[in-house]
Amino acid sequence: MTQLALVIDLNVCVGCHACVTSCKEWNTSGEPGPLVDENPYGKDPTGTFFNRVQTYEIGEFPNTETLHFPKSCLHCEEPPCVPVCPTGASYKREEDGIVLVDYDKCIGCKYCTWACPYGAREIDEKQKVMKKCTLCVDRLYDEALPESERKPSCVLACPTSARLYGDVHDPDSEVSNAIREEGGYQLMPEWGTKPSNHYLPRRKTRMHIHEDELVRADNPLKQEDIRHETSKDVTLDDWF
Amino acid sequence: MHPAFSVIFLTTLIGAGQGLFLALFTSESYSAVGLLPKQSHTFYAIGGFLALLLLIAGLIASVFHLGRPERAWRAASQWRTSWLSREVIALPTVMGLVFLYATIHLFEWNPMFLGYGFGDKITLVLGGTAATAIFILFLCTGMIYAAIRFLKEWSNPLTIINFILFGGASGFMLASAYSSFYAPELVNFFGGWAIILTLSVWVTRSASLIRNARLKPTSTIQTAIGVRHTKIQQKAMGMMGGSFNTREYFHGKTALFLKSIKWIFIVLSFPLPILILWAGMQFDQQPLLISAFVIQYVGLLFERWLFFAQANHPQNIYYQTV
Repeated sequence: MTQLALVIDLNVCVGCHACVTSCKEWNTSGEPGPLVDENPYGKDPTGTFFNRVQTYEIGEFPNTETLHFPKSCLHCEEPPCVPVCPTGASYKREEDGIVLVDYDKCIGCKYCTWACPYGAREIDEKQKVMKKCTLCVDRLYDEALPESERKPSCVLACPTSARLYGDVHDPDSEVSNAIREEGGYQLMPEWGTKPSNHYLPRRKTRMHIHEDELVRADNPLKQEDIRHETSKDVTLDDWF
Repeated sequence: MHPAFSVIFLTTLIGAGQGLFLALFTSESYSAVGLLPKQSHTFYAIGGFLALLLLIAGLIASVFHLGRPERAWRAASQWRTSWLSREVIALPTVMGLVFLYATIHLFEWNPMFLGYGFGDKITLVLGGTAATAIFILFLCTGMIYAAIRFLKEWSNPLTIINFILFGGASGFMLASAYSSFYAPELVNFFGGWAIILTLSVWVTRSASLIRNARLKPTSTIQTAIGVRHTKIQQKAMGMMGGSFNTREYFHGKTALFLKSIKWIFIVLSFPLPILILWAGMQFDQQPLLISAFVIQYVGLLFERWLFFAQANHPQNIYYQTV
């Protein structure tokens, strides 16, 4: 079983929103029609996006840390939004685990948004149907694209490679390795939705200096001092 | 959650319609065994059509909730998993059965099956079937909310019990007002049950209010973004002019506003209609009986508004700087 997903490395995300704009650009130009934008240049611009980057401040001044947090559909392995759909418009693909909405079947009742704890779905106010991250399913299998570009738009756009894409069910994939070795975790694990997307935590590289190292008990110069006493022979190093 | 008036009207109107039919059927079955005086067919026919009218009004209100109502027929397909889909099947079934019940009463039909006439029993059989369907519809409506485990305020059997009792209370209220026109001897029967049902739902709805006040959220900002720190503050939500997430899940009112709605609904739904109904029954005043129903119905609109507004969705954790 394949489960395609994203792994987002919060350690390298710089919060540039390149994934947001690239996602919007790709998905507003596709076959299902544009993603709505209201007042795009006005006072309160709003619209449908599949991906958002949020910013959090952790800690209290002066000990604070900024966390940029990209947020999109997590393509849960137990998606609670799917069984509640009355029309069957919401579904999880058997072959690759992507959770999708059939825009031709959706009646826009918004019941699925009530059943998603992450708020990952946004209604298109113009088309009046529910929309959500498709993991760029229209790129992944498009043989007209070079193989290196058969990836979600956001992944290709990320300048710091904070977004990894792959099969989280394949234990040897890049994403599975990253989750296993870099401490990948899921959002709101308490609900048992088993999100496929994982996040890699912020990691700090710290130098550990032991006190012994400061006083230099093993100072090599001291070793040289000892040398005079250990040898009675005349050597080239003797100065007098 | 953001209270949508389409759903507020849907649930209160069909609740009253279902309750009214249950009231009619109760009186018909009581009179079948001689506990109440027999009523004319017209009484049940008009009452049945009144219930049908409320159900239709509710259905019309629900259409305004849909983005693409022209595809609503598709909503019957996922009855295996979706309570909303089950409601979409149960509501027209109830409407059909209530229509048949009222029509048979209206024309005083006595259809023959295999040479056997049912006499008056056909409407009893049909009424019993409709009453069963009505309870299934109550269950579906309640489960739409109770089945969402993320909304802890709703995810509880009290939700279903309250839907049934609120529907029953307003339906019996309406039945007592209605019977004052065609069957004055039934006013006290319906009124008595309306008071009993209103008192019971007063208890169960208070229980859910108390429960909601003591709920602790399952998700926290720590589990939402996966950072272990007691002080986490959101600085940006990822948009400027708001989004679907900031509109659909927030009532957008102050805590004081919510509190005032709570007291308005408690007064309008429970003590006031009981007092007015009791006075109406005591002093034989038709306008009082009607206003008891109207006041309780208005109270139910406030109640349903609060029901939605009180539900706190975990996704709101991601949108704290609204």
